[in-house]
Amino acid sequence: MTTTTIAGVAVDTNDEGFFTDPTQWTEEMAPELAAAADIGQLTDRHWQVLHFMRDEYFEKGTGPTVRLLGKASGVSVKELYQLFPKAPAKTAARIAGIPKPRGCI
Amino acid sequence: MSTSIVILGGGTGGTLTANRLRRLHRDDDVTITVVDQDDDHVYQPGLLFVPFGMTSVDDIVRPRSRQLHDGIEFVASAIDRVDLDADQVHLADGRMLPYDVLVIATGARLVPEETEGLTGPGWMDTVFTFYEPAGAAALARELAAFDGGRIVVNVVDLPIKCPVAPLEFCFLADWFFTERGIRDRVQITYATPLDGAFTKPSASEALGGLLADRGIEVVTEFNTGEVHGEGGRLVSWDEREVPFDLAVVIPLHGGAEYVGRSPGLGDAVDFVPTDEHTLRSKVAPNVFEIGDAATVPTSKAGSVTHFEGEPLVANIEHHLAGEPLEPTFDGHANCFIETGYHKALLIDFDYETEPVPGHYPGRIGLPLLKDSRLNHLGKLLFQSVYWHSLLPGRDLPGVGSAMPTAGKHLPTRSKEHAP
Repeated sequence: MTTTTIAGVAVDTNDEGFFTDPTQWTEEMAPELAAAADIGQLTDRHWQVLHFMRDEYFEKGTGPTVRLLGKASGVSVKELYQLFPKAPAKTAARIAGIPKPRGCI
Repeated sequence: MSTSIVILGGGTGGTLTANRLRRLHRDDDVTITVVDQDDDHVYQPGLLFVPFGMTSVDDIVRPRSRQLHDGIEFVASAIDRVDLDADQVHLADGRMLPYDVLVIATGARLVPEETEGLTGPGWMDTVFTFYEPAGAAALARELAAFDGGRIVVNVVDLPIKCPVAPLEFCFLADWFFTERGIRDRVQITYATPLDGAFTKPSASEALGGLLADRGIEVVTEFNTGEVHGEGGRLVSWDEREVPFDLAVVIPLHGGAEYVGRSPGLGDAVDFVPTDEHTLRSKVAPNVFEIGDAATVPTSKAGSVTHFEGEPLVANIEHHLAGEPLEPTFDGHANCFIETGYHKALLIDFDYETEPVPGHYPGRIGLPLLKDSRLNHLGKLLFQSVYWHSLLPGRDLPGVGSAMPTAGKHLPTRSKEHAP
């Protein structure tokens, strides 16, 4: 575990850069986390996904997979790949300040 | 008044749970009922061998009812829905079964129709799956006639049953075409949504090495968006393409359909939220899960189901006695991985421990994370163990529910690194 400074605040992250304590996250950190993931301006559509990720995490203990996002977030899988290219669930989890989704077992 | 335990699903989990419970309740104070929509119990690990003519569908299917001990009632009917508030199961034939304890053991269902184009033109012609008997048998005919070209083995997304099976298919295909003398005319590609060959990093490295040795190309982080059977190509969501002459696709999985029709029972893809250590559902205190139907974060595999049997039944007994449940299930999984040429590799892991080298189940035993003839023999023998010891719910000698550590080369364990 390491400590990283984001938007001027020290937070705990793991080796892969995921937050280990999602309560340390604030909305002000999202633009900096997005830039680190090569995503430019965060739009309302990005925010819809980010809020959904956090709600799911706090309800279920793990963030959703792309397939679950596509079914339940109101954003289609195709659009998810446009918003968060390559690995939407992983990238959105990183920006939303939650651990890596546990879909892959 | 007698207690009624209703078990939905007469596969591996439902059968071994029913038989274990029946042994504890010989008199009629507890009635045990198993429901399934058909009477065909498939030995699912055998499906891998059907496409290569190493076994046939007839050899891996037996009647479900015959695997259940005397005194267990078998009901052959599809399930309409579960009413959690009324503690009742509604069957498709109109009957209603009240329960005191419900065990959900209806496994996972293939949902190929969820992937665009997968069941369109080319399905069962150039695009197959070996994850169900008809597809495995059709693939056997196709592979026997295949005389060269590009074969792609593709996992659409996880979770899937037995996540090592697609890799085993690649290894066996390499062996099959080598034996037929045309390996140089066959290109084998493994396209996976993962960033490596397998979900667990240490095993991923060992398996990735074996794939490279066999000349099997691996395409990682490939998230299949569309399958074009006629045009012969897979297209990912980020618009990469993998061309093929023959595609072997492992479709998306979901839970049983009745789960979706039962208010409050399942998640968005019809698996049932389950406590990973007690195996009690998170939806009602008298509902339990075993096997692939549950959301527990370990592999969907027969070995996991087997290891869940003992803690599950102990917790059902605690529940009936009004006692607190015990959080004893550790996520133990154990998989033989066929690598062809009469060899296999064995991996053993749990929620917190990665597959590591060593021996199983103790210092003297089968080699772990290393291919050997002994492991292949183990895999072959397992089919008999399955019908005669595992389904009857017997404890296997030397193979306990909890993951053993005696023969393993384990790093110093640290809770910090637990997932």
